[in-house]
Amino acid sequence: MDYLYDLNTFLPATIMAAAGLVAILMAAYKARIGNIFNFTIVALVMALAVSIRDLFGPDGTAFFDMIAYGGTAAFGAFLVTLGTLFCVVISRDYLEAIDHHYREVYAMILFGSTGMVGLAVSNDLIMLFLGVETMSICLYVLAGLIKGEKIGAESALKYVLLGAFSTGFLLYGIALIYGATGATSYAVVAGAAEATPLFLAGTALLLVGFFFKISAVPFHMWTPDVYQGTPTTLTAYFATASKAASFIALVLVLSRMIPEIEGVELTQLLQVIAILTMIVGNLIALVQDNVKRMLAYSSIAHAGYILVGLAAGTPEGYTGVLYYLFAYTIMNIGAFGVIAYYERNHALDFTDVHNYAGLGYKFPVMGVLLSVFLFSLIGIPPFVGFLGKYYVFAAAVNAGLVTLAVIGVLASAASVFYYLRVMVYLYFREPHKEYQLVRPGALFKYSLILLGILTLWYGIEPIFPTDSLIELISTYY
Amino acid sequence: MDLSTALVCLIIGLPLAGFFINGVLGLISSSYRENKPLIGTIANVAVFAPFLIALYLFFNHSADASAVVVTLFTWIDVGTLTVDIAYRIDQLSLLMVLVVTGVGAFIHLYSIGYMGHDPGYWKFFAYLNLFIFAMLNLVMGNNLLLLFLGWEGVGLCSYLLIGFWYKDMAKSDAAKKAFIYNRVGDFAFLIGMFMVFQTVGSLDFDVILGNLEAFSSEYLFWIGLLFFIGATGKSAQIPLFVWLPDAMAGPTSVSALIHAATMVTSGIYLITRLSEMYVLSPEVMLIVSVIGGLTAIVAATIALTQNDIKRVLAYSTVSQLGYMFLALGAGGFTAAMFHVVTHAFFKACLFLGSGSVIHTMEHVGEKLKKEGKEVDFDPQDIRFMGGLRKSMPSTYKTFLIATIAIAGIPPLAGFFSKDEILMHAFSAGLGEYAGSLYMILWGVGIATAFLTAFYMFRLTFSTFHGKFKLPEKVKEASGAESHLHESPVSMTLPLWVLAVASVIGGFMGIPNFVVETFTGQTANINLLHPWLDTIAADYPIVMGKAVEWLLMGLAVAIAAGAVWIAWKMYGEGRVEESDAVVTAKTGVFYKVWQEKYNFDEFYEALVVRPVVRFSDRVLAVFDMKVVDGFVNAVGGTVRLFGSLIRYVQSGVISSYALYLVIGVILVMAMMLS
Repeated sequence: MDYLYDLNTFLPATIMAAAGLVAILMAAYKARIGNIFNFTIVALVMALAVSIRDLFGPDGTAFFDMIAYGGTAAFGAFLVTLGTLFCVVISRDYLEAIDHHYREVYAMILFGSTGMVGLAVSNDLIMLFLGVETMSICLYVLAGLIKGEKIGAESALKYVLLGAFSTGFLLYGIALIYGATGATSYAVVAGAAEATPLFLAGTALLLVGFFFKISAVPFHMWTPDVYQGTPTTLTAYFATASKAASFIALVLVLSRMIPEIEGVELTQLLQVIAILTMIVGNLIALVQDNVKRMLAYSSIAHAGYILVGLAAGTPEGYTGVLYYLFAYTIMNIGAFGVIAYYERNHALDFTDVHNYAGLGYKFPVMGVLLSVFLFSLIGIPPFVGFLGKYYVFAAAVNAGLVTLAVIGVLASAASVFYYLRVMVYLYFREPHKEYQLVRPGALFKYSLILLGILTLWYGIEPIFPTDSLIELISTYY
Repeated sequence: MDLSTALVCLIIGLPLAGFFINGVLGLISSSYRENKPLIGTIANVAVFAPFLIALYLFFNHSADASAVVVTLFTWIDVGTLTVDIAYRIDQLSLLMVLVVTGVGAFIHLYSIGYMGHDPGYWKFFAYLNLFIFAMLNLVMGNNLLLLFLGWEGVGLCSYLLIGFWYKDMAKSDAAKKAFIYNRVGDFAFLIGMFMVFQTVGSLDFDVILGNLEAFSSEYLFWIGLLFFIGATGKSAQIPLFVWLPDAMAGPTSVSALIHAATMVTSGIYLITRLSEMYVLSPEVMLIVSVIGGLTAIVAATIALTQNDIKRVLAYSTVSQLGYMFLALGAGGFTAAMFHVVTHAFFKACLFLGSGSVIHTMEHVGEKLKKEGKEVDFDPQDIRFMGGLRKSMPSTYKTFLIATIAIAGIPPLAGFFSKDEILMHAFSAGLGEYAGSLYMILWGVGIATAFLTAFYMFRLTFSTFHGKFKLPEKVKEASGAESHLHESPVSMTLPLWVLAVASVIGGFMGIPNFVVETFTGQTANINLLHPWLDTIAADYPIVMGKAVEWLLMGLAVAIAAGAVWIAWKMYGEGRVEESDAVVTAKTGVFYKVWQEKYNFDEFYEALVVRPVVRFSDRVLAVFDMKVVDGFVNAVGGTVRLFGSLIRYVQSGVISSYALYLVIGVILVMAMMLS
């Protein structure tokens, strides 16, 4: 019966894994692709419902301390499931339109998300590695989805090679930590570790593995190429769900494994990486004309802001990180979603910002939504992105990292330029030629509108005298 | 939730809900926009229902009951500043709520017909509901900040509705003008609010009025003056009144609701609300009175020379508002509120009547165009009207009733309220402080009363009497009179309701001495004074009964005389001939009046042009060279770095791996150091 109890704590991933198996069988038997899609949606909605239940549940560990449940871990599972669901919802019409709508896609997404949940709830370095690999292999496949074209092949190959390279470091780091402490479970490692060079080297390599996955500078080089070559809705999946999982896992490692150990000081390192990431991400985003590439660099910059919260290293900082990840998930999927909608039109190349001229007036809903998501990404109130930034920067200031927070604020001020640039094209430039846009499908349109409403709602939610999301998260620490 | 909380929520919430329903559905659904009956019904229910609730509250609130404060939630809680979203039900706010929702409701009803063919129907009603919501916040707010929220809200709605036909540049300019002039007043209001907060640490009316001894006399003077400056903006007094005539660019029902009956009286409401504070500073009281009296006569003389039916009414509104401020400054707060109420009735009636006339004149223009006759005329110009009483009997009768009311002929509403104002001015003239000045102001009031009666009857006679002049003046328009028609019932019904109110509305404030003289015993028939007793800090009237009768008789004689002269001159509808006579008689004065005392030109020369020139020659240059230069330099530098760093991103995978290794070394070095 213990296993059943354990399984219950791991239910979102279990549902997705089982659904993935069914989906791949459906694909093998040539089921209609629409049915696979519908089945996936149903499975993900169930998983999401379970993960929301878990947000309010007790916390602890299961499967012989391999995984954690409740608290941060439950929030990780929730974020992954939420992001996956929205990415799947917006994928159908888009993949259809670009002629790369394959049956296996949904199974790969489900397996990938299983891995992400595993990563996000890991309480043991072995589980961490399993999660990373399950996730990554699926992502490699998805990165190469645009078959027969150079851009898809390039994207997938770069991702595999560099991913394998970085996984090597990750695994090496785990091996060194095991060598130093004789354990892989976070709690045991924390109890057994001393700040020996062996352990420190292991921790450094482990962090390198994470930095690669969250595309922190200078481990970010793969990101723009892969994001550009991947179908846009799946780019959204890469940029949100997989990043959220990696960040949550990092939060768990930093908050459960490291702090007990004397003489291991990570603040300095995290600060340097955060500053590098924010500056480089924003600077290069400034000069991009390709919207997907711009968003790729912007996602690097956002990883930098989140690292600010991690560098603070306080419960407040971790709370801010979790909230930021939530904000980032909804607003970024929204932004990618609108771009995916534009891309469905073959009239122009809608990854080039110059072709966004006057676009805001065609299907005003979409123009407004994109503006909302971009404003939120900039961090302008009353949108959720503002609160995310506020919480991480405030945590940094309270932890005494004022310089870091100032650099973060300046960097995000610079980001205004490239986000607003898109809006300038949307509304203040004349289109070069006449063309018609296809109508967005109802499901697609309403899910984006829902994301827009969430972006606004969570931006103003704390003013209401109800229990707010941030209060819920802060109970985890 | 107790009953009064629920009712207050409904009163406030229904107009807001109406705004959201019509606004949001209209915005997203084109089929909803076409569903005009539904839109009109929702908007009307959203105002009629609060009116009924307000009536219920009114009848369940006795004159001596203390204020009921309904606190919904805390709005702002920063430092020592705590502001609640709290609404106040007391005698004054109930009176205003009744006027706002009552007159507002019938104007909503009228708008169904008046705006029936406008493509922006949904938007119009959404704005109108939003206005009612904001106005209710203004009159029901329990603290200055909530009042200010409403104050700004009505300003916004006024802006939106004046510029409702925003594709016409002149109209959209008029909207901007109204907004900007109001901002000047709002600025003073804000400073006044800061000073209040600085002194008592709260913005609640109860706290302010309960701690008046905490204010020094300089503060009382400045706060009173600053709030009054705010009021001169919103209530169109000298020197900020020039926006109101231009505001007539909006739809006529808007002019009736916002620019005659409700919003423009909010300055009078504000001062009455703070009357206990105002009476402590006689200097401010005098300033209020002087400005009010000046505005009254200046606007009345301008009204004499105007030919646009709505503009005459606009100047008349400014003049009547001046009257109200004259009363406030003379310590007649109740009298001013009384005039607010009666004025809301007859002026709304007049505006709606003018709307009905304009509606018909526009209809004539359209018909002529359909017949292929190119006729170019201004449908608001009384020189093209005349003789409309035959084809528009309801409009004519109601317009005439409202005109008699505003002229101050007993026993219609305007007579009583105007008489009480003059009585207060005279009484203040007998007082010790600046008595002679108040006496002059009383004289100004009498003169204004004469002018009011005269120009209002000039307007009525020119519009409705004599012969229809359009076919006479424009040859192509022959046969135009056959296109004249009465407006639909949805428009004439509100006219009749308001006309009836203009007839009987005055009896709520019938002076006690009138009854006392006839019955020979002390009477207590005046309803308004006991009702506002706890709030309005009126100066007592110190005069014998004989003097009061004398003054009343004088006022009636003056008004009747003016009507008689107007009848002699304009009774046959000969507007231009008689205007020529007036011009000849008044000479250079007429010129000044016609030029509107050159207020606009004065502002243009003193403020607008210097500011524009300064912006153009100094600020624009500074902005382009210094600010933009700096920004561009920063942006350019950053972009330069960006384009340099992007070369690192070569696309070559082995170089990526190299950077990765560099990163590993960096991390290792930092960890192990």
